[in-house]
Amino acid sequence: MTGDKLVVENLNAWYGKTHAVQDISLSFPDKRATAIIGPSGCGKSTFIRCLNRIHETQPKARAEGKVLLDGADVYADDPTEIRRKIGMVFQRPNVFPTMSIYGNVAAGLKLHGGYSHDEMDRLVIESLKKAALWEEVKEKLDQSALQLSGGQQQRLCIARALAVQPEVLLMDEPASALDPISTARIEDLIFDLKNQVPVVIVTHNMQQAARVADRTAFLYLGKLVEVAPTRDLFERPAEKLTESYITGRFG
Amino acid sequence: MAEPPVGTGTDPLPATGPAEPAGATPSPSQGPDRRRSFTGVVDRFFGGLSTLAALVLIALPALLIVIITQASWRAIVRFGPGFVIGQFWVPSASPTSPITFGAAPFVAGTLETSVIAMLIGVPLSIGAAIFLAELAPDWLRAPVASVVDLLAAVPSVVFGLWGLYVLVPYMRSNVDPALVHYLGWTPLFASHAGSQSGVSVLTASIILAIMILPTISSVSREALRATPDSQREAALSLGATRWEATRLGPLAYARSGIFGAAILGLGRAMGETMAVTMTIGNSDNFATSLFDPGQTLSSKIAINFGNALPLEKSALIELGLILMGLSLLVNVAARLMLRSMTRMGGSAP
Repeated sequence: MTGDKLVVENLNAWYGKTHAVQDISLSFPDKRATAIIGPSGCGKSTFIRCLNRIHETQPKARAEGKVLLDGADVYADDPTEIRRKIGMVFQRPNVFPTMSIYGNVAAGLKLHGGYSHDEMDRLVIESLKKAALWEEVKEKLDQSALQLSGGQQQRLCIARALAVQPEVLLMDEPASALDPISTARIEDLIFDLKNQVPVVIVTHNMQQAARVADRTAFLYLGKLVEVAPTRDLFERPAEKLTESYITGRFG
Repeated sequence: MAEPPVGTGTDPLPATGPAEPAGATPSPSQGPDRRRSFTGVVDRFFGGLSTLAALVLIALPALLIVIITQASWRAIVRFGPGFVIGQFWVPSASPTSPITFGAAPFVAGTLETSVIAMLIGVPLSIGAAIFLAELAPDWLRAPVASVVDLLAAVPSVVFGLWGLYVLVPYMRSNVDPALVHYLGWTPLFASHAGSQSGVSVLTASIILAIMILPTISSVSREALRATPDSQREAALSLGATRWEATRLGPLAYARSGIFGAAILGLGRAMGETMAVTMTIGNSDNFATSLFDPGQTLSSKIAINFGNALPLEKSALIELGLILMGLSLLVNVAARLMLRSMTRMGGSAP
């Protein structure tokens, strides 16, 4: 295995009777951003929600198959431990509204405990810097997270996810609810982040995939159609279906 | 649109609308114009109607306060502010004491029972709400929730009867002796001569706790259910266990709703009359121990009102005035707390 951080083998997932993810095998190299694209309802969100086992917290949801983090089976481990190791950022910024900016970033650290005050301060500041939010909030760490704009809130969510030092970062359409300027900031951020932690980003925006990802996977109707280096996928798609999609013939 | 002419012609509402004469209705000849003027009248009619309703709602409590003050005026003039701290209730003169009335034991009784009821009822209600909103499987949720809600529909006299025939004997023979045995050394659980008959401040408080349970738990449950899933997932994605995710997500998100629910419950506990009257023991003395019989503002009114002479009646109504003031105070305080809670929702837990 050549630096594959996360390996997925024959993953299947269901919502009730809907077979949302069908037998997908895919691997994610370290220090790279991988984009997952596809039309709405193709199973791309469900797919990454299986990677940190948050899919199964929904009623009637289940998943089968293998997900290996550094060779260890994610589905054989304690889900809370897996979710700490595999961080996630969601479609809409979901800051904790009753907590301060500091409190939001520190939430995960407090959950796992064992951090001294100084350590916690250091990790919070570090995470805010990584999420490119530090300069904007350093004067008001004790204020409510709700005072931030939508884009800032999303970066706060990224800082919160980074604070617990995850080994992989999953992002489920992280910019879909944001304005173009905030979106650009998030994209820049992903570009920087991938050097520290592998990023898996689901997006319905092909330009975004092209801008941030080293590799891109195309999903259609729950199946993996094609995965390739981003440039190749967009310029010389191997599959007819991929070509139709990226040229806008459907989806 | 074909409707407007028909509507204007047959609808009786505009004719009876109070705001209608004020409207300068332009002569409707074209379709759209006509429709606009019609909806204008209807709008103004409903505007007037809801303004009226709001005014009535403001006028009612004001009127209530005026009338209650008027009815208690005799006692207010006779006893002055000393009434609130007066400790004795002597409706007819005796060789040892002149006629005198004081509210203090009843104010204390009301506060005591409400506080204890809250101490027992709030954790229970919130626990039930968390179970129903977050943990219970779907098939269990609806039936259990309706059973809890059903408690709210039980008339308070039925609670009183149950208290009298089931809870009081049980307290007398099981709970009270056990508490005295283990906690009797504290003044709160001291056993006095004549206490331990089962009817007591504690018994009444327990009944109250059960009575406020459905209110607090169903309002809290709705507040918890209203929490978006993304809040739970935010916590889960950080590696929270189910309980931690509930605490970080819904419980924090819904905390002002839960606080409001508790205040609703407190309001009910303070004003509840029948069940308390039947189980508290109706003693005019200060209840220093929880096993002592006592009296609340409302139970005192209920017990004495029927046989009271005019001056005592006036004093009893003044008790009602005090109860109203107390409820108002609690509500205002709660509202202020709620506001500061939502304003500086920033403080990290």
